[in-house]
Amino acid sequence: MFIQVNGKKDEVPESLHTIADLLSHYGLDKKVVIVEQNGVIIDKTTHSETLLTADDQLEFVHFVGGG
Amino acid sequence: METRYSRQTLFKPIGEKGQHLLQQKHVLIIGAGALGTGNAENLVRAGVGTVTIVDRDYVEKSNLQRQQLYSEQDAFERLPKAVAAKTRLEAINSQVDIRAHVLDIRKEELEGLLKGIDLLIDATDNFDTRLIINDLTQKNDIPWIYGACVGSYGLSFTVIPKDTPCLHCLMETIPLGGATCDTAGIIAPAVQMVVAHQTTEAMKLLVNDKASLRKRLISFDLWKNEQSTIDVSSLKNKHCLSCGTKPTYPFLSFEKQLKSSVLCGRDSVQIRPSDIMTRDLQALKEQLSHLEGKVESNPYLVTFFHQKHRLVFFLDGRVLIHGTSDISEARTIYHQIIG
Repeated sequence: MFIQVNGKKDEVPESLHTIADLLSHYGLDKKVVIVEQNGVIIDKTTHSETLLTADDQLEFVHFVGGG
Repeated sequence: METRYSRQTLFKPIGEKGQHLLQQKHVLIIGAGALGTGNAENLVRAGVGTVTIVDRDYVEKSNLQRQQLYSEQDAFERLPKAVAAKTRLEAINSQVDIRAHVLDIRKEELEGLLKGIDLLIDATDNFDTRLIINDLTQKNDIPWIYGACVGSYGLSFTVIPKDTPCLHCLMETIPLGGATCDTAGIIAPAVQMVVAHQTTEAMKLLVNDKASLRKRLISFDLWKNEQSTIDVSSLKNKHCLSCGTKPTYPFLSFEKQLKSSVLCGRDSVQIRPSDIMTRDLQALKEQLSHLEGKVESNPYLVTFFHQKHRLVFFLDGRVLIHGTSDISEARTIYHQIIG
């Protein structure tokens, strides 16, 4: 399935069904991350229920501490 | 008007009027590492009236790859970053009032520094300090600009009390302890990109051009060629304990008064004795000279090479113990030496 992540097209396995699956796929599941799906911020508590659809436009911003 | 700022005053959104405003303003920069030196240099060159810079550390060789105000000589002398930064910044622009503090910022220290401040720039390397900054700036109604980076990634957000969500709203769950420890290295351009975002937002605020603020959370990865911005205004939480309608400023009240902390990726532990506010470095040198190990000093700190560890004692009582990231081992060494 093709999706758009942070402005770039990416092909991800069909086995990914939810936002939570996608976050683990990108190694972001342990991080504090804000997810926007098609212009709407997805509440953290619903990441594992929110379904992915082909051509979704996603924005991820994760927090880091360095400086 | 003199020619010094001519290219900046030619830029219409600043102009002569904006330049005059910049010269009236006081910016507080917390941290004089990569982000702190970058922001400080930009703002001092831009002619901000007063810049205060605070840092708890001293210059080491591994800083030179990205911490733009420091030289090999600073690292050789182990100068406190705040001191070395002040010297360099004064050489860059003698018209700016530059104030430097060698301090580990907690609630009390920051509270004292916030008076008369127009804007705070976050150049720290940990969330403990950022959340204290977040609460205190809400309490004192001062805008601040979050910035952070690791690897080739960075992000920034401008927090305006009453207007935008605060850091606590955005993060909800705060990464604890080691989770913030970034050991993935960092490339200088990632620092400079965050600095560019922070300084530009700072200039907009300082010349009172709030309408031009970015208003969005921005992140980028320079190596992966990614950039993302999110409109986070919907995350402003009226129940937020830091910025909501009934704030309790949780990071001020249950401040854990960290007595010891592990410095990220540095194989070092900081010990902050609760009973010492200033350390007599001369007396300490005398005391250490009776022990086995080399002693070196400058006016700001004493370094003691003890077996495979290196201890650095600061005037404000703190000690950095290099060569361990084990707090209890560090405490044992500290007590063996200091008693």
